[in-house]
Amino acid sequence: MPHMKEYDYGSAIRAGFDYLLSEYPEVFVMGQGLWSPWYVGNSMTDLDKIYGTDRVIDTPVSELACTGAGVGASLAGMRPVVVHPRIDFMLYALDAIVNQAAKWSHMFGGQAHPRVTVRGIINRGGEQGAQHSQALHSWFAHIPGLRVVMPATVADARDLLIASVLCDDPVVFIDDRWLYDLKGELPAPKELDLRAQGPVVVREGVDITLVASGYSTQLALEASEVLLEEGISCEVLDLRVIAPLDPAKVIRSVSKTGRLVAIDGGWRTCGLSSEILAQVVEHVPPNSMKANCVRVTLPDAPAPTSRVLEGLYYSSIEDVVAAARSCARNG
Amino acid sequence: MLGDLKDPGAYQAPLEISGRDPGLLVDLLRTMMLSRMVEEHLADQRREGTIGGPVHLGIGQEAIAAGVSQFLRSSDRVFGAHRSHYHALALGTDFKALFAEILGKETGLSKGMGGSMHLWDEPRGFYGSVPIVGGTVPLAVGAALAAKLQASDAISVSYLGDGACEEGVVHESLNLARVLDAPTVFVVENNLFSSHMHISLRQPSDSTARFAVAHEIPFEVVDGNDVLAVADAAGRLIEQARSGGGPGFLEAVTYRWLGHVDWRADIDVGVARSESDLKQWRLRDPIARLRAALEAVGQWSPEEDKELERELSESIEEAWSQAMDDPWPSDEALLKYVYSSEGGA
Repeated sequence: MPHMKEYDYGSAIRAGFDYLLSEYPEVFVMGQGLWSPWYVGNSMTDLDKIYGTDRVIDTPVSELACTGAGVGASLAGMRPVVVHPRIDFMLYALDAIVNQAAKWSHMFGGQAHPRVTVRGIINRGGEQGAQHSQALHSWFAHIPGLRVVMPATVADARDLLIASVLCDDPVVFIDDRWLYDLKGELPAPKELDLRAQGPVVVREGVDITLVASGYSTQLALEASEVLLEEGISCEVLDLRVIAPLDPAKVIRSVSKTGRLVAIDGGWRTCGLSSEILAQVVEHVPPNSMKANCVRVTLPDAPAPTSRVLEGLYYSSIEDVVAAARSCARNG
Repeated sequence: MLGDLKDPGAYQAPLEISGRDPGLLVDLLRTMMLSRMVEEHLADQRREGTIGGPVHLGIGQEAIAAGVSQFLRSSDRVFGAHRSHYHALALGTDFKALFAEILGKETGLSKGMGGSMHLWDEPRGFYGSVPIVGGTVPLAVGAALAAKLQASDAISVSYLGDGACEEGVVHESLNLARVLDAPTVFVVENNLFSSHMHISLRQPSDSTARFAVAHEIPFEVVDGNDVLAVADAAGRLIEQARSGGGPGFLEAVTYRWLGHVDWRADIDVGVARSESDLKQWRLRDPIARLRAALEAVGQWSPEEDKELERELSESIEEAWSQAMDDPWPSDEALLKYVYSSEGGA
């Protein structure tokens, strides 16, 4: 087996940018903090020094204008990536993402291609509170015209970024600072066609299906280890691309196991977990189901700051284990 | 402050045209007349109910796009807003395709998917108009930044109104264009009104050029109903942007003869909009002022004017009836354009 350097998730994102900037002159990156590790961890280190500050642009504090500029540059032949070091602040840019990027292909009869990638980083915990914590992927997944990508592994962190930027549609690429230290091997970069990417089974099992994305996939994988020791065999699906969502593998897996736990780092109401349950209810025959579906999500409340409440707020491996255990015992 | 530029009784005299190329002036007259007559036709059809959706008409404001477009190339990137028929027409957009779009036909500028408020004509450099106020302003800056990164001498034009200047994104965009040296010419069509409200009720000053000052962007303020004043100022700002001098800001003061949307004058619903002002502004007509100047020096005659009007009217009628007969989008159009058909690399 050829030697492969071990990477972490953050440096894999950087490897994706490195590949894109070196192979594609039409790629450029703009956003706040790109010249500083303070904002973006190790995911952009020294790219400005290698590719120049005109292609790796640290911008004024203007989320909306910068994202809109990314949309406009993409219409004029570029493949821009607009980086938002915290998705909370990216909400200023909703017009450019939701009204503009998502609509221009449809609204102009397929003639406009706003092929911008908007990278929003989920950066939560650490007693940062309600406006430094949000995971809003479900919102973006609700909008037709956007592709929403949530890498959960080191290889996906790089290869799904490359696929997003090379795709001719607007992509919201959401990575999670809680994954940045995740280690993994990184084979040679792949140019994947994003349209062909979707959920994958990352662990096969027979008793219960765990469906997750992004950081929640890691929770599901770790919980599945604990559950295996208890004799519960979990099939774990990593959604990877949550919009447009291809539910086929989820449906197939739940049809087989008859049990579903949907794990999501967002809120419960009208969230990604709701959509997963809806797909299962619509497509899995009721007589295949052995237990009620279960969700592990944030409670419907803003993030607290106090460490005691924060511990209650975020889902843990134990929460996933407990949910799966109760689901497995039912029916 | 705008001073007499906003006085409806001022600037009604024929334009000063000495030393100008008469051929060019007649072209400008023709561009403005086409725009006027196309929009008058749209007003009629909207009133009769043939057009199902809203139309935002720019009758009375034709000189601005006509003057600016004189210096634009098809490689430039022009972005409009809700009131943008005439921005596209001034670039040479086929008015039959505009009609078809407004009627929701497959042969329209946006394949019948956009209607009046969402126009696209990339071959002529028209990169889209949308009705979210200020929505395309940062897009124009991005397209200009793209030109810079592509080492092209293309520029962007962002058409916006005095109302859009109250949107935060406009200020972000001016700042961004300036610090990135993105060759964008911001053209503020200051018609003194947002949808219904006079600028004096919305801003502490009636001139939006103060925002250019704040961002250290070179600017000019002109009578927007003087096509030559607009052209001269636009020519300078466009040349500056094209040659690497960064963004520019043109404030062109004008007035719309019709209300915010559709065919009515909206005297009764516009706050501080009056019959007497409108009457005076109609005398400050950009077309009549150029026509009178040309006639005074024997470069144009009432007969030629009638003939042009007849010719335009015929081609408008013909284009309209073709557009009416054109096919509707097929049912699959509802879903097929949501994502790019060409896909990824």
